[in-house]
Amino acid sequence: MFMLEFNISLGRTYLDRKFKLGLYVLSLGWTLRPITKFTKFLKLLLEGFSFLRLYSISLTRSELVPPLKLGMDGEELTEQETALYDRQIRVWGADAQRRLSKSHILVSGLKGTVVEFCKNIVLAGVGSLTLNDDHPVTEEALSVNFLIAPDDNVAGRSLAELCCDSLKDFNPMVRVSVEKGDLSSFGGDFYDKFDVVVVSCCSLATKKLINEKCRKLSKRIAFYTVDCRDSCGEIFVDLQDYTYSKKKNDETIESQLQYPSFEEAIAIPWRSLPRRVSKLYFAMRVIERFEEAEGRNPGETSIADLPNVLKLRKELCEAQSFNESQIPDSLLERLVVGIREFPPVCAIIGGILGQEVIKAISGKGDPLKNFFFFDAMDGKGIIEDIANTNTGG
Amino acid sequence: MATKQQLSAIKGAKVLMVGAGGIGCELLKTLALSGFQDIHIIDMDTIEVSNLNRQFLFRQSHVGQSKAKVARDAVLKFSPQISITSYHANVKDPDFNVDFFKQFNVVLNGLDNLDARRHVNRLCLAAAVPLVESGTTGFLGQVTVHMKGKTECYECQPKPAPKTYPVCTITSTPSKFVHCIVWAKDLLFTKMFGDKNQENDLNVRSSDASSSSEHAEDVFERKTDEDIEQYGKRIYDHVFGYNIEVALTNEETWKNRNRPRPIYIRDVPSTELIQENGNVDKIFVADDPLSVSAMASLGLKNPQDVWSLMENSRIFLEALKLFFVKREKEIGRLTFDKDDQLAVEFVTAAANIRAVSFGIPFHSLFEAKGIAGNIVHAVATTNAIISGLIVIEAIKVLQNDASNYRMTYCLEHPSKKMLLMPVEPFEPNKSCYVCSETPLLLEVNTYRSKLRDFVEKIVKAKLGMNFPLIMHGSALLYEVGDDLEEDMAANYAANLDKVLSELPSPVTGGTILTVEDLQQELSCNINIKHREEFDEEKEPDGMILSGWMQAPPKEKENNKISSDNGASTSNASPAVPLETEEDNEIEIVLTGAENVAAGNKRKLSDISNAATSDLCSVADKTNSKNKPEELDDDDDLVMLDDGNSNTSKKKRLR
Repeated sequence: MFMLEFNISLGRTYLDRKFKLGLYVLSLGWTLRPITKFTKFLKLLLEGFSFLRLYSISLTRSELVPPLKLGMDGEELTEQETALYDRQIRVWGADAQRRLSKSHILVSGLKGTVVEFCKNIVLAGVGSLTLNDDHPVTEEALSVNFLIAPDDNVAGRSLAELCCDSLKDFNPMVRVSVEKGDLSSFGGDFYDKFDVVVVSCCSLATKKLINEKCRKLSKRIAFYTVDCRDSCGEIFVDLQDYTYSKKKNDETIESQLQYPSFEEAIAIPWRSLPRRVSKLYFAMRVIERFEEAEGRNPGETSIADLPNVLKLRKELCEAQSFNESQIPDSLLERLVVGIREFPPVCAIIGGILGQEVIKAISGKGDPLKNFFFFDAMDGKGIIEDIANTNTGG
Repeated sequence: MATKQQLSAIKGAKVLMVGAGGIGCELLKTLALSGFQDIHIIDMDTIEVSNLNRQFLFRQSHVGQSKAKVARDAVLKFSPQISITSYHANVKDPDFNVDFFKQFNVVLNGLDNLDARRHVNRLCLAAAVPLVESGTTGFLGQVTVHMKGKTECYECQPKPAPKTYPVCTITSTPSKFVHCIVWAKDLLFTKMFGDKNQENDLNVRSSDASSSSEHAEDVFERKTDEDIEQYGKRIYDHVFGYNIEVALTNEETWKNRNRPRPIYIRDVPSTELIQENGNVDKIFVADDPLSVSAMASLGLKNPQDVWSLMENSRIFLEALKLFFVKREKEIGRLTFDKDDQLAVEFVTAAANIRAVSFGIPFHSLFEAKGIAGNIVHAVATTNAIISGLIVIEAIKVLQNDASNYRMTYCLEHPSKKMLLMPVEPFEPNKSCYVCSETPLLLEVNTYRSKLRDFVEKIVKAKLGMNFPLIMHGSALLYEVGDDLEEDMAANYAANLDKVLSELPSPVTGGTILTVEDLQQELSCNINIKHREEFDEEKEPDGMILSGWMQAPPKEKENNKISSDNGASTSNASPAVPLETEEDNEIEIVLTGAENVAAGNKRKLSDISNAATSDLCSVADKTNSKNKPEELDDDDDLVMLDDGNSNTSKKKRLR
């Protein structure tokens, strides 16, 4: 099924230069021939109204166009939007900007990286942003969160509530709101409201669960996880079956990608992965499994845990017939000890994630597939494609 | 998380940030969160609406206020315990001298222009303070570290010359929309509304074939009591009709080109309607001249729309009329400004009408504004990423961790799986006139060129000096300063108008001139070589500076030169863009007004193996062959496009 969008702007009369009529017709499953006839018919019809002038008829076809609103507004960027977003429209185009302004985004886990991401996406001008994090504000969270001032009245308010106020202020055109509650308790109809879901600081089980809930919906939801430890960061992306346009030799071509779910991706045997996959990928899996086995909250580790983490690495590597030296002790130690985020890395990972979400919403440009790693120690920002080659991908 | 050593280095550091714009806002925030305690920030700009989509420390209510000050206040709200000092000033002000720079442990640049970058680079070299330099455009960006004697300075790599076009392409044979924009902006707009006395090629072209009666006088002069509508149409017919007819008579030009089509107002349908709604008084209540708009008066709203010939013609006439009716006082002294709505409308319409003549596609006002105003594409995400990378490098600098310094490129398409690509910094370029003592060579006609030409075209434009002092041996030829004796100042003024060979201490072939900038503490020697003839089109300055050189604008030419010389990655001149040692395609990233060669990946080890003499000889050979070319190339321009892969200027080296 695809949708066809007509945007017929009828001429502005010179008698009343403010008069303008926009007409939008939504049509399902039409082939191009009747459409051509239809536009001819409209032209004839309009010629009857001598005071109107037909300006243009444009057809756009896309699977990514969200359901159209019938009405006079919402299709063209306002003057205010064009002025505010001028510099970025020059990067991604007015069409992408319109799609951004109609997208709905959910984030959960408001630590430094996600706060950076929220700032980026609110500035970019998404339609709405929903924040989920019921944690109270700690001294530590305060020191690395530029959305909360120390003199704000923090008593009895959650991280999400406090961040919400500042984000609203960044861009009055974006609806920012708070959703209380446990992420894993929400049902499919809750997730159905969103186009993009970003989760951070949650358990392995929760990541898998939310990812599956999104996948079960008929609507395609872009799912991301993001985590930073020490001076390292990881992004995971699941865009399911994704179609997008990209420029090649000055032509726009359609391209398709198939993504595995988080569960599918991490189940791929380590030995079958290409050589030289980032060591961070394996190290993060070890930490994740450790926290799950010990029933810890994400980031609840210390140097005292290192022997047990190393033991778990040994077990996992043996089970996978994988060389332990691929996951260095020093790297695991950094991840176990460095539970506080490093602000420059938050800015970098939050920036990359923002860019990826903008790409996914606009359907423009090569999206990241499907893991991204950054380590300030070597300065590399690497994309890894962790997908089973048998299942497409 | 930062280690203990890192934290103590951060806490004890005093840093200077230059620029509180796109990168600056992100950087100030990241520095504060990372624990920096003493930050100084300089920015001369005030806040504009188009900043708000990415400069997140600013709000609508701050428009018009100092960026440095508002950024400081905003960051102190969430980090009240740190010290931030703001300067609403130009970094080139004499107050920011070498002593000022010496108080800092590191300088972090978030600038948007070549001029200021070069200036800061020189002060950092003079003060021996490490510099972390950065730039972004669209999804592309880079961070580099410059430390005197250890890594190359900012000016060791050639920077491409600002884009210029041959005069005849603009006046007679445009083939791209940008040519029409340049014509509309630099010739027509200036002719109509700017300084009438300025030399203007439009004037030349208009009159040279028109010595006959009707066009003998200045057609651009509005006759006494001439109706504004009639005047507008007369100008229209002259520039889009008559001038094209004149050009067509030159058969030689059109042998291998499509002949342009003259356009007269009578050929354009429906422009008569303009009289019906010509009552401008009703529309503009406000007296703000910048709010006057032909689009508003004609009921056109969307700047993204591509107008028809009819609409362009109506905008052209309406904008012209509005200038004369609403902004008459400014006529004669206007210069094009991308934030002047009416000027942008006039230039867009004029460029589009000219484009029709030459079979070039129409562009929207939005696109035309971007081209005419050289607007740099900018998004928050890239600036955030770059700010993180700057802080990471700054911390290494503070810890004196030179072996781990990296230049990092933020790419749009991954190279070797990398979106963020670190590269080892280059060694200083031994022939760099800024950070080494290698003399430059100037070819000039010493019997024709005046000292003024040398000062303006070479010392200021090419060497980027603000307060130059020029010496021949021990004889002072020229000096700039507030505290000059009257007679000295008169002497220098007199010298400016003398040709080089007739100066009190004559400058001829073989002379060595010393040029210094006292503020930048930069001094360099220039060997003078006399040359009789220069090509007016290709060498408009009438003098050629080499030794250090600007990057030739033509990519293909670069490749050809390097292969002609058999230059390989390890021993070629650093001044010539090289083939990279990477297999993958590498992009050159545009940063504001300039390029940085990401593909040029020499490593310190490679360079140190190459003998200095080799470097020099290759450089000399390439310089002599590298005659400036016709600049009408295909890829060296920021073109605006909806797709994000094409939005930035990119070149590929293989």
